[in-house]
Amino acid sequence: MRVGIPKGLFYHYYFPLWKTFFQDLGAEVVTSAATNRRTVERGIESAVDEACFPIKVYYGHVRELCRQKLDYIFIPRLVSVEYRSYICPKFMGLPDMLKAGLPELLPVIELTVDVSKNDRQLKQDIIRVGKIFTNNKNQINRAYQHGLDELSKCKNLCREGYNISEAIQIWEGEQLELSPNYDLNIGVLGHGYSLYDHTISMNIIERLRKMDCRVFVAETLDQEEIERQAAQIPKKVFWTLGRMMVGSALYMDSHDQFDGIIYLACFGCGPDSMIGEVIERKVKNKPFMFITIDEHTGEAGMVTRLEAFCDMLRRRAGKYEDYISSYG
Amino acid sequence: MKITFPHMGNMHIAVKALLERLRLEVVPPPPISKRTFEIGIRHSPEFACMPLKINLGNFIEALENGADTIVMAGGWGPCRFGYYAQVERDILESLGYQFKMIILEAPDSRAYDLVKQIKSLGENVSFWEALKAINYGWSKLGALEALEKQLDYYLPRARDKARIEKIYNIAVENIDRAVSKAEVYEIEEQSVKEMSKAEMKIDLPLKIGIVGEIYTMFEPAVNYDIYRLLGRMDVEVIRSAYLSDWLNDHILKGYIKKSIRPDIIACARPYLNYEVGGHGLETVGNTVRFAHMHLDGIVQIGPLTCMPEIVAQSIIPQISAQEGVPCMTLWLDELAGTAGLITRLEAFVDMVHRQKLKAGNYQKEA
Repeated sequence: MRVGIPKGLFYHYYFPLWKTFFQDLGAEVVTSAATNRRTVERGIESAVDEACFPIKVYYGHVRELCRQKLDYIFIPRLVSVEYRSYICPKFMGLPDMLKAGLPELLPVIELTVDVSKNDRQLKQDIIRVGKIFTNNKNQINRAYQHGLDELSKCKNLCREGYNISEAIQIWEGEQLELSPNYDLNIGVLGHGYSLYDHTISMNIIERLRKMDCRVFVAETLDQEEIERQAAQIPKKVFWTLGRMMVGSALYMDSHDQFDGIIYLACFGCGPDSMIGEVIERKVKNKPFMFITIDEHTGEAGMVTRLEAFCDMLRRRAGKYEDYISSYG
Repeated sequence: MKITFPHMGNMHIAVKALLERLRLEVVPPPPISKRTFEIGIRHSPEFACMPLKINLGNFIEALENGADTIVMAGGWGPCRFGYYAQVERDILESLGYQFKMIILEAPDSRAYDLVKQIKSLGENVSFWEALKAINYGWSKLGALEALEKQLDYYLPRARDKARIEKIYNIAVENIDRAVSKAEVYEIEEQSVKEMSKAEMKIDLPLKIGIVGEIYTMFEPAVNYDIYRLLGRMDVEVIRSAYLSDWLNDHILKGYIKKSIRPDIIACARPYLNYEVGGHGLETVGNTVRFAHMHLDGIVQIGPLTCMPEIVAQSIIPQISAQEGVPCMTLWLDELAGTAGLITRLEAFVDMVHRQKLKAGNYQKEA
């Protein structure tokens, strides 16, 4: 059986888990191509105008998979991946939105992940999904456990300075080298599904690296320290990713090694609109730049802002006395 | 202690009654005006949804009028509303206002906890008095909603629409001034009687249901008084939610009357199978319920970028096609102008009307 996994949204966090799980159950896993112009166009065509850019792109990925010969498309309903925290309302309705919006949709494997109270329902759902492929409950549980192991392997790679999306590439057997030359340490924050998608984020991470910056993202930091920092906020942030962003921002703010912080938000993103405000108010020691993107953003504008930001940081750090920006 | 709270439709009348019975001094924010919008927008995060901006405007105007304590509701995701109070407090503090903020977190299960929270708010109030205060506030709310229902009924049918609106406006003012439950009932009865004397048109009006996010549904300053706009176009509006129902379902957990929420959620299947936060599931459920009630059209309203409503909006076209009912979505933000809104509503009403003509023996005065 062939199962398609759209290369969008939480692909960038959980792909190793999903792939291992389905492969161990004997399915062939097919992903859509990395986000490209056509994905974006297809997505914008079929999603409602008001949806955020990553959701539109996800529509594009699903439509691409619908054109292939597949038995199922895997569309998880991610409600909550940890106790008393949520992802975003749009993720909770995603399978229903796609079913309503795409008449050509292939059969969907829906997996509801809601561990906000306990994981009983998740376990049942995994068995239900596994039964599509096999009746052996042990095999299903083993496959899931194997998936979790692979995922944590991937997460360990992040300690070495790779972001989770690069970690997934390495996990898949690609070779990646991080450039050793850098003179600025920049923290880049944002939802992984927009930050690590080269088309959505317009490759912000690579661009910064080309400008001789070392890029830190939330996953490369000490996770326990992030949680400690996030706990400083009077009310716990109830979005999983939002809490990570707040924690990371405060962490970067309080450690000298970071020169500046960039926050990449998507237009219309609910959590970002609140979290961005909280971070802007709490980050007091470091230069902070808030970039909002959507499907209309021109690359040039983004590049200019990044260059200006880096120039400003270099001048501020006094790294070169005679430094004059080559960009004018 | 001078207490204030955000506006939401006629809620301030009931809340004021409740808090005054708790022997608290109340400073309600001035009615939402252009200035409220301006101040709120100036100090809010740009991409926050509109209710936050208006809340903030309300608070600033109330603080200017001498309030020193803000009562605000909390919540626990995934909708943004749960984090409103935190962000609003930060903004107001950075603007230099001195105030205390009391956040009423929705109690997880028991109405008893809520009464206790309300009791602790008051000064030297016994539990029994707190209950009585709630009851008194509730009676005003009930009367106001009964009047709203009458307004929705008579406005499209009456020939002299201005008179109906006037009766309603005066009644609302009087209820705000009333000091006893008996007086409230008296005003309600009188006004209903007066409305029923109006000269009526012969034809039956079109029926259009309004679904969507609750704040935009309840607050006329935000939805540009869409109920009356439609009423003036000879359309009977069916509201999908009333404040008392919402309180009964979510905060009092159906203690006061039987909740219809389970029915609404049952209607939402198979279109939407999971809670999506905010009012998204109810919006989908109500759309289907209204389709089953054979309403002529359905309008969804919500503040721009509202996440749960975007989920609902994505699903509504499918409901519209399968249940055969025209639907329209209106996003409201601080930049909308009434003229554009009226044009779109008129076009929708015309379309619905023509479809009904085509379907059968129905006539309408030109």
